[in-house]
Amino acid sequence: MDDCVIRASNLEKWFGEGEARTQAVKDANFEAHYGEMLYIVGPSGSGKTTLLSMISGILKPNGGQVTIEGRDLWAMTDDELADLRLNKLGFVFQDYHLFPRLSTVENVAIPLILKKMEWNQALRLALEYLQIVGLKDRAELQPVNLSGGEQQRVAIARAIVGQPDILIFDEPTASLDGDTGRKIVEFVKTNILNEKRCIIIVTHDSRIYEYADRIMKMEDGKITGLENNHLNEK
Amino acid sequence: MSGIYRIALKLLVNDKSKFTALLVGITFAVFLMVMMMSMFSGILSKSCAPVYNIGARIWVMDPAVNNTVSSIPMPDYVLSTARSINGVKYAVPLYYGGAQVKLRNGNFQGVTVIGLDDATLFGRPELLEGKIEDIFAENAFLIVKDAEFNKLENPKLGSEFEINDNRGLVVGIAKVASSGLFGVPTLYTTFNRAITYIPSTRFTTSYVLIEPKSETDIPRIQREIAKLGYQALTREQFVKKISDFYTFKTGMGMNILLMTTISFIVGLSISGQTFYTFILENLEKFGAMKAIGAKGRELISMIMFQAFFTSLIGYGLGVGAASSFMMLAKLRMPDYAAQITFTILAFALVMVTIIAGVSSYIGVRKVLQIQPFDIFRG
Repeated sequence: MDDCVIRASNLEKWFGEGEARTQAVKDANFEAHYGEMLYIVGPSGSGKTTLLSMISGILKPNGGQVTIEGRDLWAMTDDELADLRLNKLGFVFQDYHLFPRLSTVENVAIPLILKKMEWNQALRLALEYLQIVGLKDRAELQPVNLSGGEQQRVAIARAIVGQPDILIFDEPTASLDGDTGRKIVEFVKTNILNEKRCIIIVTHDSRIYEYADRIMKMEDGKITGLENNHLNEK
Repeated sequence: MSGIYRIALKLLVNDKSKFTALLVGITFAVFLMVMMMSMFSGILSKSCAPVYNIGARIWVMDPAVNNTVSSIPMPDYVLSTARSINGVKYAVPLYYGGAQVKLRNGNFQGVTVIGLDDATLFGRPELLEGKIEDIFAENAFLIVKDAEFNKLENPKLGSEFEINDNRGLVVGIAKVASSGLFGVPTLYTTFNRAITYIPSTRFTTSYVLIEPKSETDIPRIQREIAKLGYQALTREQFVKKISDFYTFKTGMGMNILLMTTISFIVGLSISGQTFYTFILENLEKFGAMKAIGAKGRELISMIMFQAFFTSLIGYGLGVGAASSFMMLAKLRMPDYAAQITFTILAFALVMVTIIAGVSSYIGVRKVLQIQPFDIFRG
């Protein structure tokens, strides 16, 4: 069975036109597989986030192709893309982006609500996922009452509650201290990753490289290397 | 309730300061709009009260007359001619004027005196006390028991007063559908007594009241009266003429329009600005929802729900506040001229809908502009 979930071919993205044109991603080719934790690393401005946005159906490339499970992502309509993101992908944003006026459990339930699940059923299921990330006792609190690490875990619960195949993490440790960041990624690696799920993490935090299965390096919009992570070899 | 509307509601209501500011803004705007329009409606209604109280189908008057109070006496031949027009069932004269009543305490009180046709008493009010035939007794007057009644020291049957140096005797206490605009008591008497007791010009007939044989006769009657240089208006036309006078020729309509517009702008500004701030504060979260998989139309419906929910609550509170205020005012001042009509409620609802629409449009534009990529980019 082909375990390739995402295939990016000759991806190009630039912003602006004429002299103001900036090439953000150049000729990017790679594959991501089920069961792996793939890191996209590189300095600021290297095109990591742009590449991540293109492979998750958020930013349309100027050239090239992205397929998810063989389906051409950018041949889809806006509604199909939204449905794909809702059902296949889970996002954990750098700043979490939790609604401050909703309780923790309501924040987690948002993807289920968007899937038209009945309110009480969605909250029950969200509570189960809060238990998975160890925050069941914080269910009724608003995010502002949680620590940064707890908010990150709420964001993870929100990302996985819809049982997506692909999890996208954008700088998951940027707002956390080193110890908390490592614990979060270790938790994800141990509890969230499985052979039916692919996790892609954009980061430039070298302290968490040890958890990657493969590391893709980017510089000036180009993929400069994609290799197995020796730090993670047993 | 659908889940996304429940989220929208929680986002809105849990932000207590903004929700309160939105409600206060819209409630205040609705309160002001309803008050302004209700006061104007009340004034118009009271200004037309004699037309409804007397109840004639057609009123004949000088074309220069623009409200019941400013009647211009007409010569007797107008009445004679009116009676001779084909299609007129009957025509009667009406005296309508003002006089001064000297009270027992020596004070003077202005009154409206309505002189009814001696033969038919057409347009007479409903009596609460006394007998209608007593109006033919010497010096007899009927007094309308309305909000102004106490200004005549609450007279009883048999009470006497002095009107233009003549003796007046209360023979009946009457009621009418609506009291007049100018806050003076109303006395009814016969036409002949009215023109005898109250100094008048050479002509004495204020109005000629006509009952047509059928509705189809009205245009012909109007044409024939017009040939005399006078104007015959149906009840509805006279009411419209009076309303138009107060609306367009007194500055009152413009003032009310200005105040209503200002109230609308105040409401729109407060709610628009507050709602815009609310959307801005949650903008990245809406962007995150887009990234997660929310469709544009779902976010639009959430924002519109928030705007319309707030507006409708504000509308209810505003109408409630205006109604309560008017009710309290009428307890203190029974002749307080304000009335809420369905037209006013509908108009205020339309204005509130516009406020909600504009507010949500501003929010929707911002939310549609935000791209999930902006969320990633930070």
